[in-house]
Amino acid sequence: MATNTGGLGTPPSYEVSVRGLIRSFGPKGVLNGVDLDIAPGEFVALLGPSGCGKSTLLRALAGLDRDVRGSGVVKVPEQVSVVFQDSRLLPWDSVLGNVTLGLRDHDADARGRRALAEVGLAGREKAWPHELSGGEQQRVALARSLVREPRLLLADEPFGALDALTRLKMHALLKELVAAHQPAVLLVTHDVDEAITLADRVIVLQDGRVALERVAGAGVDHYSLRGELLAALGVHAAA
Amino acid sequence: MTTTAARRSTTVTAPPFGGGHGTHPGTVVEPHLDPNLSTRPDIRPSSRRLGPGRRRRFAGLVGPAALILLWVAASATGLLDPRILSEPWTVVSTAGELIADGRLQENLAISAQRAGLGLFFGIVVGAVLAVLSGLSRVGESLIDGPVQIKRAIPGLALIPLLILWFGIDETMKVLTITLGVFVPIYLQTHAGLRGIDLRYVELAQTVGLSRAGFIRRVVLPGALPGFFLGLRFAVTGAWVSLVVVEQINSTSGIGYMMELARTYGQTNIIVLGLAVYGVLGLLSDAAVRLLERKALSWQRTLAG
Ligand SMILES: Nc1ncnc2c1ncn2[C@@H]1O[C@H](COP(=O)(O)OP(=O)(O)OP(=O)(O)O)[C@@H](O)[C@H]1O
Ligand SMILES: [Mg+2]
Repeated sequence: MATNTGGLGTPPSYEVSVRGLIRSFGPKGVLNGVDLDIAPGEFVALLGPSGCGKSTLLRALAGLDRDVRGSGVVKVPEQVSVVFQDSRLLPWDSVLGNVTLGLRDHDADARGRRALAEVGLAGREKAWPHELSGGEQQRVALARSLVREPRLLLADEPFGALDALTRLKMHALLKELVAAHQPAVLLVTHDVDEAITLADRVIVLQDGRVALERVAGAGVDHYSLRGELLAALGVHAAA
Repeated sequence: MTTTAARRSTTVTAPPFGGGHGTHPGTVVEPHLDPNLSTRPDIRPSSRRLGPGRRRRFAGLVGPAALILLWVAASATGLLDPRILSEPWTVVSTAGELIADGRLQENLAISAQRAGLGLFFGIVVGAVLAVLSGLSRVGESLIDGPVQIKRAIPGLALIPLLILWFGIDETMKVLTITLGVFVPIYLQTHAGLRGIDLRYVELAQTVGLSRAGFIRRVVLPGALPGFFLGLRFAVTGAWVSLVVVEQINSTSGIGYMMELARTYGQTNIIVLGLAVYGVLGLLSDAAVRLLERKALSWQRTLAG
């Protein structure tokens, strides 16, 4: 896994490269110069207090902020997939139709079926989205994002609406899928533990800037990292 | 104080919250030890249902059937003067005579053709205009204003002008119906289209849908509920327009048949005409609803 904390030596070719990103709604600045690099296949978790601009940053990377004032350099790969907090399935399309939405190749259906099998939903291709549980809907959304083999996967609190147990299962599934497909990942979350268990690197956004950046993953003391991240987020509870 | 399992298994012999009989606080009672449990009826606290409940077949016919029964009863008992409203059996025999000499089918075919053509053109025009004005600002500024003006003018007020332009032939009649039909189709489809959640538009962008794919996969299905609402208004409107154009100046059609009957004082034919209009209206509305239920089966609504 790529471990990168930026800067030193010859620069590796980054999948994502953001320089001096500024975004504002009205007079108020939301992002005040964000710098961020993500290496190919690297899993980055983005933490930060509510309203600090995490979604704004993610939307900038997804190219969904055409009407927002701002400046900066954003380099992202061609193939970007987004998973939203709501599963955002088209209610009038079948599960399979949702997964293959926008695919233009002739074997789209076969690929969609494979992706659904990968997330454990083989056999539900013909169901309407409203016939699925919340966790299943989110799995369809995962299948939809991975079926296009993205170089970059953007996820904005994808498990925020799920119960704790389902969320743990989704963590395992996401890990598996990311290992299989190897996209770079930027995961926005409120959950410090989720960030630590899933990510190679955790960054904290505050006052429109990257305020803290830590390597996570194997070999890192979860307990002290957790304390440090919580402190950065303004929570000073003895864990 | 007792576990749920314990409370459930004692319900048969003790009141639910009585407690004290046989179970002590903290005792775990195996739920299947009670032989009554397996044969007990499924007792659930009755929760109030706010929806209308399951759909039943032919339920829509109950109301009309009751009305007909009332009519039969009133005529049979002499409460209803046949000069005011013919007896049902007279109307039936009149229908038999008119079918035998072919007049009913002939006029019905003409009327159905007018309504069908007007409806068809109205639907096409209304839907195309709605998509054009819903998807582009230019389209909206060009189309929406005129349609709103057209909406403000009662459709039937245009008839004199249409007669001057097109005479009193079929073109004028179909056009009158078309003009009445396209407005509700346009309004409701346009509203449905504009009501499509912006989040789906974002989704379409992130999965790289083409413009055509966006219209086919997101816009049209998303606007479909609005379209069907418009369609139901449109079908009703088509029959209204039909009645008017056929009674004002016409030499054929159900409306003409009724108008002719009026000059001879034939109440039975007038009532037959009304019944035919009623049946046609009912059938067409049922057809639209059936279509709607098939096309919108992805929706979860009270209609069921
Ligand atoms: N479309 C918008 N119009 C105006 N202000 C907006 C808009 N979107 C976001 N904002 C503002 O920008 C700020 C950052 O919003 P953003 O959604 O990025 O926060 P966030 O970090 O994702 O918060 P949360 O964790 O609660 O999702 C907020 O103060 C919000 O009010
Ligand atoms: Mg957010």
